[in-house]
Amino acid sequence: MTEFSETPGIPEAPEAQIGVDTWVAEAEERRARSRGPLMYVARGIEKMPPSVRLLVFVAAASTLPFWLNEGDLFSYGLFTLLFATLALGLNVVVGFAGLLDLGYVAFYGIGAYTYALLSSNHYGIHWPALATIPIAMAAAALVGFALGFSARRLLGDYLAIVTLFFLQAFVAFANTANPTVAGKGLTGGPNGIANLDPLTFFGYELTSTKQQYFFLLGVFVLAAIGLFFANQSRTGRAWRALREDPLAAEAMSMPVNRLKILAFVMGAAIAGLCGAIFAAIQQATVAGNFAVAVLITIYAIVILGGLGSIAGVVLGAIVINVSFQFLAPQSGHPEVKRWLFYGTIILLIALMKPWYRGVVVLVGTVAFGFAAHAIVAAAAPASWTSGTAVDAGSASTAKAIADWVIIPVGHGSFNTYAYIALVAAIVALRSLKGWWRTAGLIPTLYLTAVVWENVLAPNPAVTALILFGAMLVALMTVRPQGLLGTARVEIV
Amino acid sequence: MAPLLELDGVSKAFGGLSVIDDLDLVVNEHEIVSVIGPNGAGKTTLFNLITGLYRPDAGKILLDGQDLVGLRPNRITSKGVARTFQTLRLFLNMTVLENVMASQYGRTKVGIVRSMLRTPGMRREEREIRARAEEKLAFFGERLVGYRWDQPAYSLSYANRRRLEIARAMATEPRILLLDEPAAGMNPVETHELTELIAKLREKGGHTILVIEHDMHVVEGISDRVVALDHGIKIAEGSFDEVATDERVVEAYLGLRKTAAG
Repeated sequence: MTEFSETPGIPEAPEAQIGVDTWVAEAEERRARSRGPLMYVARGIEKMPPSVRLLVFVAAASTLPFWLNEGDLFSYGLFTLLFATLALGLNVVVGFAGLLDLGYVAFYGIGAYTYALLSSNHYGIHWPALATIPIAMAAAALVGFALGFSARRLLGDYLAIVTLFFLQAFVAFANTANPTVAGKGLTGGPNGIANLDPLTFFGYELTSTKQQYFFLLGVFVLAAIGLFFANQSRTGRAWRALREDPLAAEAMSMPVNRLKILAFVMGAAIAGLCGAIFAAIQQATVAGNFAVAVLITIYAIVILGGLGSIAGVVLGAIVINVSFQFLAPQSGHPEVKRWLFYGTIILLIALMKPWYRGVVVLVGTVAFGFAAHAIVAAAAPASWTSGTAVDAGSASTAKAIADWVIIPVGHGSFNTYAYIALVAAIVALRSLKGWWRTAGLIPTLYLTAVVWENVLAPNPAVTALILFGAMLVALMTVRPQGLLGTARVEIV
Repeated sequence: MAPLLELDGVSKAFGGLSVIDDLDLVVNEHEIVSVIGPNGAGKTTLFNLITGLYRPDAGKILLDGQDLVGLRPNRITSKGVARTFQTLRLFLNMTVLENVMASQYGRTKVGIVRSMLRTPGMRREEREIRARAEEKLAFFGERLVGYRWDQPAYSLSYANRRRLEIARAMATEPRILLLDEPAAGMNPVETHELTELIAKLREKGGHTILVIEHDMHVVEGISDRVVALDHGIKIAEGSFDEVATDERVVEAYLGLRKTAAG
């Protein structure tokens, strides 16, 4: 960086006094400009004042119950909000304070079990939500304090191991230990605790998805505002300083151990809050709901959205939950997954630069497909092209796909070969450069479509995970800071 | 002048290697004291001992009569000892202003709950923190003003990062400021500017300053008193001229002169 200032012969920038520092600081902006229209949108969201962002989000979110049916509102609306709120809490620990907490989901579970014990027939206690939710938060926060206190001197990998162990211990406790308290298994073992009371406020029960959705929206907004303010405060700055350099933070009068514990407790309290609401919505709680898979999902949301960015976390929750729900095997909208898939591919092509390269690839792939299909149809027996697309939605879509993609019937090993060929093609593509790579991309993309139609679309459960992994790999390569995160500079 | 910082028989060894050995040092109020010595003499270790990053094996470290030994570094800073780092340990991904605001943590009170509710008291304190940060940055004149405040610290040039380190340390409102090689990596013009700045830190900022420096022009320009260390032992103390001509100091830097017999 200093080299730049001493390099002779760099012409003066038009605004005479602009320093090297400004030039460097605007590097991100220049990068965004060269990335094309999509990154402009991302920049636009970044530039929006936070209050406007929240208003836009709340306005959009409030319309959902009016055009989604009950089932869709449950899986797309309610769960997105739940994941968003959960991720907000994780964001405090991982994003703000930079602590790798892999035990986060355990606090979620503690909240859920606390609600279950205090508002169900399990012990015959039926306290209203106004009491149980704060208690659930306090219980999770207390355990968070205990864990944070015992792990306060740990950082990075060591903290990760301890907290992951804690999560596993919690799941084992709920699942198998199930100690007998007051004549009953405390956690209900593998069956969990069922028939919980709905959320009750002043005798008013939130039973419909719509009511629960609006309640959760309110909770989310409060949490988002509170955490936004916290991040802007003295404590938030101290967390960031701690994330940057714990030793320097301590030398600059910040009590790092206390700040770490505080981050743990805050995260745990929010997880406990979500857990209580989750249990009430599900009207049951089972240890399996708090396994590592959930942890990975929440981490993916935070990382995808951008560590430390509240708006990013929300965006991450929307992207991940909605795409997961569409890809769920029992999804009510099986045809959407195809648009999601092709949409993502077209999006990636649109991100290519220069833009005309993307056009060449797109047009080339379409043409290549029709040509390949025509050749196979003419040269091979009809069984090679007689298949139909699954879950196509409309007949015309199905026909368009079947005319473009080779879908054989009764050639069992074709799927396997296509899949292996695709992996080989992607590996080969990596060694090509420039226009050769562009040319190689065309058959590879077509092969991707073939594999999708023949292998992936019929098995959405597996596909979800494969696409999910691919999406994260692609994003972390293109934009390591996540969708709305700020690029961090480690050493300059 | 009353002694502000007092080290009494301080020793520190890493394994079998004695880095600081039975060191006595006094810094009086409103004084600028330089610590010099060849690489590995124990200068930075001395700073680490004073600021609590290391705990001395023996001896006392007193600030205004209060023992600092055993306190956490953040407590020591809150009591009035602030430092800069030789290796530059800024919060690189925070803005310039945030760096200076963050280090006021120990001087401020508003807790997390009031912050989340953004109470009037919190907003008032936040305004004060900001004003104080701006005031500290204004100390550096044209160097750290205006558009630079909202830039991430990593975008600063090397010399500006050194300045920001000083501003960040000043924001903790220290009674004594420990500067670890503030002129390292600066060009002659900047070094000269720094010499003036350190004098200004005492005159206008009212700080007492203990500084480690290799650049003898700086040392000569600022010091009331110079302390020379070698292998953790104080080998000379006095005015710059006294120390610079001291035989043991010359020997420590240049090696033993050949005697007629040798």
